[in-house]
Amino acid sequence: MPSALAYTKPLPKIDALTQPFWEYAGRGKLAIQACKQCGDRHFPPTPVCPKCLSQDQEWQVVSGRGELVSWAVFHRAYWDSFVNDLPYSVCIVRLAEGPLVAGNLIEDKSVAPKVGDTVEAVFDQVTEEISLMRFRITAPGRTGSP
Amino acid sequence: MSEFLNVSRKAAVVGVGTTAYGSFPDQDEYSLGAEAFRNAIADGGISKQDIDGLVVCRIPSYAWMGEVLGVNPRWTLPLPPHGRMSGIGIIEAALALATGRANCVALIYTNLGRSRRVNYGGGENGNFWDPWGLTSPGAGHALMFRRHMALYGTTTRQLAEVSVAIRHHATLNPSAVMQKPITIEDHENARPIVEPLRLLDYCLINDGAVCMIMTTPERARDYRKKPVYIAGVGAKDSFSHSSFPHFDPDFWYEPTRESGEEAFGMAGVTSDDVDLLTCYDNFSPTVLFALEGLGFCGRGESGSFVEGGTLKLGGRLPTNTDGGHLSNSYMQGWALNVEAVRQIRGECGPRQVADCEVAQFVEVTPCCRSIIYTP
Repeated sequence: MPSALAYTKPLPKIDALTQPFWEYAGRGKLAIQACKQCGDRHFPPTPVCPKCLSQDQEWQVVSGRGELVSWAVFHRAYWDSFVNDLPYSVCIVRLAEGPLVAGNLIEDKSVAPKVGDTVEAVFDQVTEEISLMRFRITAPGRTGSP
Repeated sequence: MSEFLNVSRKAAVVGVGTTAYGSFPDQDEYSLGAEAFRNAIADGGISKQDIDGLVVCRIPSYAWMGEVLGVNPRWTLPLPPHGRMSGIGIIEAALALATGRANCVALIYTNLGRSRRVNYGGGENGNFWDPWGLTSPGAGHALMFRRHMALYGTTTRQLAEVSVAIRHHATLNPSAVMQKPITIEDHENARPIVEPLRLLDYCLINDGAVCMIMTTPERARDYRKKPVYIAGVGAKDSFSHSSFPHFDPDFWYEPTRESGEEAFGMAGVTSDDVDLLTCYDNFSPTVLFALEGLGFCGRGESGSFVEGGTLKLGGRLPTNTDGGHLSNSYMQGWALNVEAVRQIRGECGPRQVADCEVAQFVEVTPCCRSIIYTP
């Protein structure tokens, strides 16, 4: 783990709504918000359930597995702190439990990523408080699966 | 068609004005906006006293804009500095005219993104996904285009057709910022920004302003230019994935289709009747998504549809004949609506579409909008 002083990339603004996500992430677990009234699961967290407007919501730890919806490779650093990472990959993943999430794609030089690949979340502790999810390809998917 | 109020031919554009496009560090929103307004009322032979409605977009103070112009409307609508607001503003003005809330509306848009070095990424406002380095509207479009490539076999050479056709149009438009022709090879060899997108897939950032004057059909006949009517409008928003920067896993296909069908139905035309498409082209993939959503080609077929110069003047569907955002000016949709008006008037010189009678504006964004203009 790099020292907190060395970390200059953008950090999340943690508030009451997002705090549980970051707490679970710190323990290497991916959690999403779920409505206790209608069961709708969604992410990022919202103050009311977007489906039924209930305020009665909870956090559920999910599998961390999902399908690669897409990925893209940054060749430009919009923050100076990313210059040394270039090129770096971001991805969108549809979790097995439904919601879309984003993260960084861990690229394995021997396997070209494909839309539809099965991926799983791993957590990378970047500061004392913050761990970020990255996605690793675990099984090639059907390219072209919707 | 939905139950949306039918505003077909209840509003007409009678004046359009644009400024030069470039870098104007000595200007502000009010000087540029006033210049576009002066040009629009001069274009239409309109008296300033006739203006009783005001739409301002990307202008911090609607009140100071009104004071600068000496107009005190009875209907005013300020809009945030988002590209998707052009379609929203024009449709709202049509509604205000159709329902009698205003009789003559000035719509003013300004942008000083060039001289103020606006970056469109690495935001100071803080997005949930910033810690992962996922930022910028271009990244959202890169993610969408990668998915389109995987699902449908679309290639970057096909995507290049969009930028090449629109740059060709810019070379026919003396006011366009970019004047040098480009080829598919130029596009393929351009430096990557967020792969699979390259520099020539990204729009410009420049300063400038646009003004449109809209009025009722009865009043439209009193002005100098032949009125250009708003024949149909359509709208559908899609906010479900808005935490991601400009990304939708389905390319906003359904809302685009829905807003297009509403506009076609209201105007009484089909996609076969469209002589000119003006398409919000912040990034080249948006044009492909628009072509599919509006039914100019089948879903997933936009790549092959655009091959061979389909979008060029003289091609099957001339698109963004002014050079669009990619090569004319980043006026966030407003200049594309002005181009639709000028083409129907037949004022476009070397880039004129022959017998242009149906011009369609479309924006494929979380706020999908379409507007159809006819003589």
